[in-house]
Amino acid sequence: MSFEAWLPLLVVLSSFVTGVLILFVGEEQLRTRSILNLLGAIAKLLLVGVMVWGVFHRYLFETRLPMLPDQDFVLRADAMGMLFVSLSSVLWLLTTIYAIGYLEGSPYRSRFFGFFSLCVTSTMGIALAGDLITFIIFYELLTLSTYPLVVHRGTPEALRAGRVYLTYTITGGALLLVGVVWLYELAGSVEFTERGVLSGVPEIHYPALLAIFAILIAGLGVKTALVPLHGWLPVAMVAPAPVSALLHAVAVVKAGAFGIVRIAYDVYGVEFAARLGVLEPLAWLAGVTIVYGSIRALTQDDLKRRLAYSTVSQVSYIVLGIGILGPLATIGGVVHLVHQGLMKITLFFCAGDLAETLGIHKISEMNGVGRRMPWSMAAFTVAALGMIGIPPIAGFISKWYLGLGAVQAKAYWAVGVLAASTVLNAAYFLPILYRIWFLPAAGEWPKAERDQLETRPTLLVPTLATAFLAFAAGLFAGSRFSPLGWAKLIAAREYLT
Amino acid sequence: MSEVSSASPWMPVLILLPLTAGTLSFLFRRRARRTLLAAALAGIWWSLIGLLADLNDADLLRYPIGGWQAPLGIDLRADGLSFMMLAMTATVGSFISLYALGYFADDHSAGTRFWPLWWFLWGALNAVFLSADLFNLYVTLELLSLSAVGLVTLTGDRESLAAGLRYLLAALAGSMAYLMGLALLYGAYGTLSLEGLAGLIRPEPANALAASLMTVGLLLKTALCPLHFWLPPAHGSALPPVSALLSALVIKASFYMLLRLWFEVFPAGLTDVFTQGIGTLGTIAIFAGAWLAFHQEKLKMLIAWSTVTQVGYLFLTFPLAAASPSTALTALSGGVYLAISHAVAKAAVFLAAGAMLKVTHEDRIDRLQGVGRHLPISLFAFATAGVSLMGLPPSGGFVAKWLLLTAALSTGQWWWAVVLVLGGLTSAAYIFRVLRRCFLPPSKHAVFHPVPLVMPLTALFLAGIALALGMSAVFPLRLLERSALLVAGAVASSAVAP
Repeated sequence: MSFEAWLPLLVVLSSFVTGVLILFVGEEQLRTRSILNLLGAIAKLLLVGVMVWGVFHRYLFETRLPMLPDQDFVLRADAMGMLFVSLSSVLWLLTTIYAIGYLEGSPYRSRFFGFFSLCVTSTMGIALAGDLITFIIFYELLTLSTYPLVVHRGTPEALRAGRVYLTYTITGGALLLVGVVWLYELAGSVEFTERGVLSGVPEIHYPALLAIFAILIAGLGVKTALVPLHGWLPVAMVAPAPVSALLHAVAVVKAGAFGIVRIAYDVYGVEFAARLGVLEPLAWLAGVTIVYGSIRALTQDDLKRRLAYSTVSQVSYIVLGIGILGPLATIGGVVHLVHQGLMKITLFFCAGDLAETLGIHKISEMNGVGRRMPWSMAAFTVAALGMIGIPPIAGFISKWYLGLGAVQAKAYWAVGVLAASTVLNAAYFLPILYRIWFLPAAGEWPKAERDQLETRPTLLVPTLATAFLAFAAGLFAGSRFSPLGWAKLIAAREYLT
Repeated sequence: MSEVSSASPWMPVLILLPLTAGTLSFLFRRRARRTLLAAALAGIWWSLIGLLADLNDADLLRYPIGGWQAPLGIDLRADGLSFMMLAMTATVGSFISLYALGYFADDHSAGTRFWPLWWFLWGALNAVFLSADLFNLYVTLELLSLSAVGLVTLTGDRESLAAGLRYLLAALAGSMAYLMGLALLYGAYGTLSLEGLAGLIRPEPANALAASLMTVGLLLKTALCPLHFWLPPAHGSALPPVSALLSALVIKASFYMLLRLWFEVFPAGLTDVFTQGIGTLGTIAIFAGAWLAFHQEKLKMLIAWSTVTQVGYLFLTFPLAAASPSTALTALSGGVYLAISHAVAKAAVFLAAGAMLKVTHEDRIDRLQGVGRHLPISLFAFATAGVSLMGLPPSGGFVAKWLLLTAALSTGQWWWAVVLVLGGLTSAAYIFRVLRRCFLPPSKHAVFHPVPLVMPLTALFLAGIALALGMSAVFPLRLLERSALLVAGAVASSAVAP
């Protein structure tokens, strides 16, 4: 086979091999492990770079291996998948650096980094899966590889969180499986195709297609944390900060959201889905989740829990973008996949910095912390303002396109949801910023370990990098290779009729 | 049907080789154990490759022993299904043998008794999968049961003797029922060959009685609920390598016979009442077994109850395969694939558990705390094989579940789909109950004893095979399609269906 046929598999394997090797590296071999980690992450980034260039020029990268007699294992790089792949591989590198610093000296690091890499592998597989059965394989693998990360600390609380997490996600996975088997039964093998494949199904099967859509969304909605399936997410906050960052910004919630994107655009086809009448309920569900998540975030004092509820709310922007028919809303939803990832990971990195450096876990303890950790808190501020939707930060772009899309589709209620959510975002983020910068500190802060820097460089550099990316994604949104440019490319390919 | 080759000499070799090895290991006891093992394994794998090459040319292979044809002589026969079962036995058997070398390294008395029995059991298994008539099947099944009972009582302590006795009585009762059915059939038709009967059989009361007697006998040996009472004590109290081969291989032999009996000989008897009924028993086994597995204190008892649930899944094959000729192949492939994946995964789980028990000297789940630190490979193997038992991808268990689900939904029997999916959730519950223990830090008083590296490694390889079965299922499934059973079953059920 040619290079084009191997590249998607190589991208998946680059982190898989890393992960398996790390699992067998001795606990004390810090240097070997770090080198393996970084080599894997950088190799992946290079491969992904080649693939992005290729997909832009309409090269076909497809790995196809026989799995069942009439069913292939398909990995394919398309514009939609590449968006998620690029996001994950960039953030994997940064989170790895962060995690090396964060976990310095704590036990079971080989296990942690091993499963961490397997988790990224699953994310890659989800992004590149060319059909639903391949998608399911990686979707379930993601559940299994994140479980050890959630329970990593081994405390009773962590074990409880792990149990809740599994109960939700394995049930969701089972629902998804039922939906997919049923769909295959009805329509034959379903490969992801731009603009969907189901429009040719005879009308007599429409009720079944409706039911299948509901089952699939319920299955995927668990990881997406759609209300009322979001219960696992705030509980899973006991995991170490790099895991929360990864779970919330990249891997798990995005896997669910990405699955919904795939179902709506590349299986049903968004126009066919609209004809079936399934988009509107989906949009309403997203609207409810957006508002509910924001309201719950208001009352949380634990920083990571507030961020978690904020995630519940923000991820549904993506779903809202799917639910509103029209290219502008699509652009807004799809680009938010990246934007929310960049902003939310920055926020979680900052939460980890605070916990690791000053032992701060609660918002009420954050008074005046801006003076002690100005760089981290500047990053936090950028990301928080972005979440609210202040230009020119990335979050503004998402909201702008979502709003335009809602107006274009005459879904004025969605504009209302966006406005309400923006007010609520401001209501739960601005008080934090006020505490950070304007309130006096309660007492003396612990001294920095090394005099010149506010925290370890391995923690600070990734935080600043993601904050910068969130800023740049908004500022240079007009560029062709910005997330927005890429989302426009996707929308053009999904609606090109 | 495609052509039938006259003789494949590999078939008698596959039976005689383990029997010879058994005799030799009995005569020479401790000497040359490794040499014998190496020679026998090489011979068995070589013969399997030869058999596969022969199967390439013909769908059905025969070997009349001594030149006598049926109905007088002993006729051997092999098709795709037989080959898959033989290969399953050889794969699991090889790793269990290697494991046993390590396990019995410091226990000579049990070790000396283990090898002859194990070789005889292996020979009996191969003979079951190669037999062409119902009487042969009876004889080989008997040899199988007796060696299995012997293996259960290997340690000679009170618990295992009681379990062994119970197992022996169940096995004998099963054999009696089967033999009576056999006698009825022989009286009515004068032949017991699978193919001969398939052509002759008529729907009449005597047949129904014969079939029910044989079925009850075989269900007892396969331990389908409510005839499972002997299994948990026997599989739970035996030594780990023995538990592994009992759960992985022995119950599959009688399941295999049930498939042959119903889908090849009596397909007309697969009425809705019967198949739905047997599926219901399977469902009860799935949920009751999982409930009991979840509440076990001892690790090996938990795994033994898990076998009860997995047997339940196997019997969902009946309603799914009998419902429609177009999906019979899918359902039967799913059932057989489940049997094979379960064999590999369950063996891995028992072998991993055996290593954990040897390390902690405890059979209690709550003492497993911190075992992951000392036996990371065993824990990883346990978890990986557990993925297959839960039916999650990528694993053989998932492929099997996919096929069964497809069959359930396309025949409109959505209730079996519900059972399959909910059953998977319940197995996740009891498997993670073990795994979460292992994430806890070790307690201060825990003492860990070293084990030979071969013990975790064999479990890991088996678990890896369970995953590989999920990634490349094309070859085994294509082989299964070429089997006398499935073709006959598909044809016959089309006659029943409207």
